[in-house]
Amino acid sequence: MIKAEQKPIDEILKYLNPYNKILLSGCGACVTVCHAGGEKEVELLASGLRMARQKIGKKIEVLEVTPARQCEPEFALELSETIEKVEAVLSISCGVGVQTLVRHFPKIPIFPGVNTSFLGETITHGVWEERCQACGNCILEKTGGICPISRCAKQLLNGPCGGSSKGKCEIKKEADCAWQLIYDRLKTLNQLYKLEEIIPAKRWGVESRDSGLRRIVREDLKV
Amino acid sequence: MSSFDPKIIAFCCDQSGYPAADMAGTLKLKLPRNIEIVRVPCAGRIETIYLLKALEKGADGVLVFACYEENCQFLRGNLRAKARLAYAHRMLEGIGLEKERVEICHLATNSGVKFVETLRRKSEQLKKMGPNPAKES
Repeated sequence: MIKAEQKPIDEILKYLNPYNKILLSGCGACVTVCHAGGEKEVELLASGLRMARQKIGKKIEVLEVTPARQCEPEFALELSETIEKVEAVLSISCGVGVQTLVRHFPKIPIFPGVNTSFLGETITHGVWEERCQACGNCILEKTGGICPISRCAKQLLNGPCGGSSKGKCEIKKEADCAWQLIYDRLKTLNQLYKLEEIIPAKRWGVESRDSGLRRIVREDLKV
Repeated sequence: MSSFDPKIIAFCCDQSGYPAADMAGTLKLKLPRNIEIVRVPCAGRIETIYLLKALEKGADGVLVFACYEENCQFLRGNLRAKARLAYAHRMLEGIGLEKERVEICHLATNSGVKFVETLRRKSEQLKKMGPNPAKES
């Protein structure tokens, strides 16, 4: 799922400075799971914003809402009535949710309250780690289900670099070397022969972000 | 002498802080005047929002009375409370409030004296800081 972290509150306060009544909108999906923008975080941030503004003698009214999935038009549109009552929106959903609101509510300023960080997995409660970079052409089948694009600092496709040492990465010493993990995994599966296949360079300019905005169209699903 | 009587919300763990408060009462120790005790089953029950809401809704300071580390009946409740306090401190710094307004105190069932002394010290500290400027008016 998408992982995010709340922006520093002083940064948020700076861009909310001109406004006295805002809507703080969370999201009940990914950012709830990573505790960056769910109902609880909405309540916490709203309290912090009110106190910060009270302290400088410039009260702010904060309406709070957490739609089930802010990135889906059906849920985003539930905010229509509330948005009419405020001067600006602070969204603590991911960047997708922010832009869904922007698309549907073009006349009101909408600000992000979190930094959308990566697509990741929950390692343990309170710890998340990157697992996918949405490269557009998944090669997990060839690498024992471990992604060298997201987990190797150099995104190498055919074995480790010379900096792999005792199973750790030379760029981030605390991180496991992705290719060590791939080797160990394939060995466990008796599939080491898979390493003999050369994985061709990825077509970043065709399948990935380098070719510009990506879009998926399913004619069979259109209504 | 200042007439400001700091309002302190004291979250008390049922295994330590609350019995300690009880003992302070038995010993007839005098508490600062403006204290409100909130009994919780474990310090781990205290969410970060409780700490912030207490300040927002009128407290000048918040004290969490929790068990000594490694002495939690629920194993990690006091450590969770400590971590949540650290998160609240970061938020308070962002807001521009003194983080010292929120504090944790580890004690045991029989720490009636420590309970009162901590509250008195906190009350004096808050008197010097002045009223919480971020509370609702």
